[in-house]
Amino acid sequence: MALTEKDVRYVAELAHLHLTDEEVNQFLPQLDSILQYVQKLNELDTTGIEPMAQVTYPAGSNPAIREDRVAPSLSQEEALQNAPESAPGYFRVPRVIERE
Amino acid sequence: MELTSLTAAQIRDDIAARKVSAQEILSAHLTAIEQKDPEVKSYLALCPDRALEQARRIDRLAAQGKLLPPLAGVPVAIKDAILTRGVRTTCASRILENYVPPYDSTAVARLEAAGAVVLGKTNCDEFAMGSSTENSGFFPTRNPHDPSRVPGGSSGGSAAAVAANMATVSLGSDTGGSIRQPAALCGVVGMMGTYGRVSRYGLVAFASSLDHIGPLARTVGDTARVLSVIAGRDPMDSTSAGVPVPDYEAALDSNIQGMKVGIPNEYFADLSPETGDNIQKGIRLLEKLGCAIQPVSLPHTSYATACYYIIATAEASSNLARYDGVRYGCRAAEFESLRDMYKKTRDGGFGAEVKRRIMLGTYVLSSGYYDAYYVKGQKVRTLITRDFLEAFDEVDVIVAPTSPLPAFKLGEKLDDPLQMYLADIFTVTASLAGIPGISVPCGKTRSEPRLPVGMQILANHFDEARMLQVAHAFEAAGGFEID
Repeated sequence: MALTEKDVRYVAELAHLHLTDEEVNQFLPQLDSILQYVQKLNELDTTGIEPMAQVTYPAGSNPAIREDRVAPSLSQEEALQNAPESAPGYFRVPRVIERE
Repeated sequence: MELTSLTAAQIRDDIAARKVSAQEILSAHLTAIEQKDPEVKSYLALCPDRALEQARRIDRLAAQGKLLPPLAGVPVAIKDAILTRGVRTTCASRILENYVPPYDSTAVARLEAAGAVVLGKTNCDEFAMGSSTENSGFFPTRNPHDPSRVPGGSSGGSAAAVAANMATVSLGSDTGGSIRQPAALCGVVGMMGTYGRVSRYGLVAFASSLDHIGPLARTVGDTARVLSVIAGRDPMDSTSAGVPVPDYEAALDSNIQGMKVGIPNEYFADLSPETGDNIQKGIRLLEKLGCAIQPVSLPHTSYATACYYIIATAEASSNLARYDGVRYGCRAAEFESLRDMYKKTRDGGFGAEVKRRIMLGTYVLSSGYYDAYYVKGQKVRTLITRDFLEAFDEVDVIVAPTSPLPAFKLGEKLDDPLQMYLADIFTVTASLAGIPGISVPCGKTRSEPRLPVGMQILANHFDEARMLQVAHAFEAAGGFEID
């Protein structure tokens, strides 16, 4: 099932990417060929195989939980220092709620 | 001997013996960078003030006769995907071109605590996505062995800097081969440990279940020394393993008699003939050193690239959602709404390969396709991992080529992204299974230009010591210069 321009635009929308028409035309055949290639996995019968999201180790060797104690972290100033737009204590962004 | 050809051990010992100062070592490296980097272009930024402060600190310790830490005065280059506090870190992307981290990655903090002198940040493929460093948002790095060719990627800058003696050791990151492959193409040693061996805190995330930080160096001894320094449980990375860190360097032993070495037949198809020849010579040398060579099968190898490009891109689409012009990085100049700001910021800041991978990842995770692609990919990942676990019941380590071909020409593989992906075939498998892997130099191609060929050694989870032993014995027996 070949990828269509509509698919590309839909996925770009989901990914918050504003693609130009030129980009859509460039990416369409490339993405289509990659998706065709990965269909290869359908050659394998994976009935009854557990999916593996990540490598995991026995519980003893990976103590991931810590005590719920407050400890020093980044200061507000440090956290804001790379913001494209900020005011004391917060990041500034365009209006989130649309007005009619 | 040239100060820029010394090993980490030699530098640290010479400083301790007051034969040379850390400042002299630093100065020699900054001069080498000044002379060679305009052509190689391995560095994106230098931090000479930070380096000088550290060098002075080490020289004071030496003057007081204090015991010097293992990497005292050793110049190190850091891939620009790894955060350095106060030093611009871009991940080779325009979307982060003004980002100055407020914290150090754990790996960098540990290196500096061990006395290392951070020289600067090295070039890479944008967000570590690529196998040639041509996807850098700034410029490509060149292979020191032939400037018309790529250094490999994504840690191309880190590999080139070490190969050209512009750093003693470097840090890279490896998700699908991004340390091992450039190490092979540049003729240096590069390894990734078991998943969770080294903390990922401060590594800009690409694919969280596949990412690793690891060392590159000119010798196995230096590689082992750096690994011991950076490895170990980190409370800031919940996936870092609480497995004790041995002194990997002290454990290096030149005697590998009786070591069972598996040769996977699936890794010897679709190889450039010259690569194949060199690897066969390498295997003969291991046999001469007393290893028991036997064939093994990793039957799901041919599915690994497809599996990797589904899982890695899916994870990347999630990890790169954070680049939205809100908290850090660039923001588009003009937009009509919040969503429009996100879309224009990302479209303007990301390069083509990054966009391609985000879209692939978004597609395979989207409703209606999630089971067919992403879950399927995860099941194949289980099969690939089982292949290795079963092989390691029979053998101690697995030996194979790192890359199907030596360094290719700049621009040669840019027309068809899929062709570039297929060059990762021998390295994505270890990443999917979470096992450690190292690439060591294994001679050069016969015809001019004589290009480095890399040999890969893979071991079971947390068996880095055995992998490093084989690599070290190979080096000691002249394997790197095999002809």
